[in-house]
Amino acid sequence: MALADARTGSGEPPKVSLLYNPALRSIVYQVVTLVVIVAAVWYAWNNVVQNLARANMTAGFGFLNSRAGFDLAQTLIAYSSDSTYFRALQVGLINTLVVAAAGIVTATIVGLLVGIGRLSHNWLIARLCTVYVEIFRNIPPLLVIFFWYLGVLALLPSIRTIFQHVKDDPNAVFFISNRGIYMPAPIFGEGFGVVLAAFVIGIIAAIGFTIWANARQRATGKRPPVLWVNLGLILLFPLIVFVAVGSPLSLDYAVPGSFNMKGGMVIGPEFLALYLALSLYTASFIAEIVRAGIRGVSKGQSEASYALGLRPGQATRLVVLPQALRIIIPPLTSQYLNLIKNSSLAVAVGYADLVAVGGTILNQSGKSIEIISIWMLIYVSISLITSLFMNWFNAKMALVER
Amino acid sequence: MAKKIVTALVGAAVLGLGATAAQADTLGDVKAKGFVQCGVNGSNLAGFGAQDSAGNWAGLDVDLCKAVAAAVFGDATKVKYTPLSAKDRFPALQSGEIDILARNTTWSVSRDSQLGFDFRAVNYYDGQGFMVKKELGVKSALELSGASVCVQSGTTTELNLADYFRANNMDFKPVVFEAQDEADAAYNAGRCDAYTTDASGLYSIRLKMANPDDHMVLPEIISKEPLGPAVRQNDSKWFDIVTWSHYAMVAAEEFGITTANVEEMKKSANPDIKRFLGEEADSTIGADLGLPKDWAVQIIKAVGNYGESFERNVGEGSPLKIARGLNGLWTKGGLQYAPPIR
Repeated sequence: MALADARTGSGEPPKVSLLYNPALRSIVYQVVTLVVIVAAVWYAWNNVVQNLARANMTAGFGFLNSRAGFDLAQTLIAYSSDSTYFRALQVGLINTLVVAAAGIVTATIVGLLVGIGRLSHNWLIARLCTVYVEIFRNIPPLLVIFFWYLGVLALLPSIRTIFQHVKDDPNAVFFISNRGIYMPAPIFGEGFGVVLAAFVIGIIAAIGFTIWANARQRATGKRPPVLWVNLGLILLFPLIVFVAVGSPLSLDYAVPGSFNMKGGMVIGPEFLALYLALSLYTASFIAEIVRAGIRGVSKGQSEASYALGLRPGQATRLVVLPQALRIIIPPLTSQYLNLIKNSSLAVAVGYADLVAVGGTILNQSGKSIEIISIWMLIYVSISLITSLFMNWFNAKMALVER
Repeated sequence: MAKKIVTALVGAAVLGLGATAAQADTLGDVKAKGFVQCGVNGSNLAGFGAQDSAGNWAGLDVDLCKAVAAAVFGDATKVKYTPLSAKDRFPALQSGEIDILARNTTWSVSRDSQLGFDFRAVNYYDGQGFMVKKELGVKSALELSGASVCVQSGTTTELNLADYFRANNMDFKPVVFEAQDEADAAYNAGRCDAYTTDASGLYSIRLKMANPDDHMVLPEIISKEPLGPAVRQNDSKWFDIVTWSHYAMVAAEEFGITTANVEEMKKSANPDIKRFLGEEADSTIGADLGLPKDWAVQIIKAVGNYGESFERNVGEGSPLKIARGLNGLWTKGGLQYAPPIR
């Protein structure tokens, strides 16, 4: 107080020009920025509309209800050339999500194993994992896709060879050809819903049992046989129900047709090439992240666990990994996002993902701006949802101080 | 892929922010920059748009680009080529990246109206067909039920294919590629039983196969594919120049004027020929089009008449050996017909 009084000579705040008023300044800057952004967006949009009008084109999303007219190779929901563009985009989105989800799961598992493998004391395992990481990390993902598509899957037996094979061995049910992997398709009969319900009930019961078992272990120090009881609840119980309701499941086998195998289930080489390439490519990065995470946990932590009498497996699972996860999760999120975005390389091998389908629509309808907006919106949404989930997971794993 | 997205984004950006000139004047722009920017086939479609080992472009579509350059500048070399995939081609033209799209593009009503283009000249009357390996023993497209068919995405071909199989109550499995080269490779590797595109393209692709004699083009032609140059709508001056460059080639064939005899024909007594070649004293045809008086002479000197161009690129003088057929002159049972030049 004394100091302030000494400087200004009175109790009033110092008089400064409005130009130097920090509060006013920041408001002015923000307003100016906002005006510039709004003006730029308005100008761009206005220009688009004017230029489109001059080219006798219209902007808008009404075209999504027009008939698509083209067929798609991989459809998980009902689709024909009579469906709308909107439906085609849905097919593409689902295909993108399927390959991204499958890729993320596989990449995580492979990455975790390879990352831990690189730290192994076994010379051969550690070196093999290093070679894997260095190869896949240093090749562009597009080349990895081509490698699988043209270098591996295209060289598998032709469909004619398979036809011949079926003649020689009529009991064969599983075929690998350069047109994909054929296998029997399950056909769910009446009452299969009951089995599914039993499965869900089994899982819920298993979770409940685990919670009870943990509580009992804390109270008495004795651990009930969690693994066996849970296996029984999740697998045996639905199996008993399945038999009880009369085995409502039959198989549809793939048999030779005129040009392709008919019936059954097929996983096409386009999906396989993309899925394998994305998984193995991303797994090499995840392996490094996992290794960094484990290395990041101080050695004293595992030594302390051993001193407490934990076995090496227990020490890793209960002490090291939970701490490593805190280091692993943030960069892991980036890898998941990369994988999702890299799935747009599907066009290279003709997998009907969002970009491939959108590109076809763009070409047939000429609606470039609309399609590009849809692409960007969807990829941003998928990535943000993934980020949100991973941030939640990260918060859950974060150090909780008690 | 990245290139395609960039093209599309540039297209969007240019549509959005560029080009504020009140009325499109492509001829003025072309004259100002000193060359014609021509969109051609980017997958080396022999006979239509392909580069030789020295990097020189040749083909029926390329000849049309050269003809326009010859008409505007009197110099057929003043063309710059933009190789385009089927998918990139429309945004490239819409955005103004190219002045002419001469990329074996089918003229259809939706492209003419909805996409904002103008088509008139048809430099190749084509139709969609199927190619199969001979070992399949297939003799007709109607036997293809259940087959896997390789097709390029974003083409009228893709739509006709769906319609044809549906109309004939047949079933098929599309295997769709964005680039023709990838479709070629997949067909070659046995990923598909049949390959479908315009018949002219099939002949060209067949030649690229390791052993062309193992493959055959089925007799059915399932669609009409009039291929021709497209320009942006609302620029009738430029549209006229491109259209009449093609008609000049056809008219030259009708008159019997060739690269070899064009100078001689200038002295012809036939008033039609004199008018066409700009030898009539008060002829204003060239000027009315916005071109020099001798525009037709320059075109014929540069690329020859339509018949010469056809034979050199896709006919007997080329490995494709496609017969004139529908592309013969109207006087010889074909569809090539030039409106009167007077």
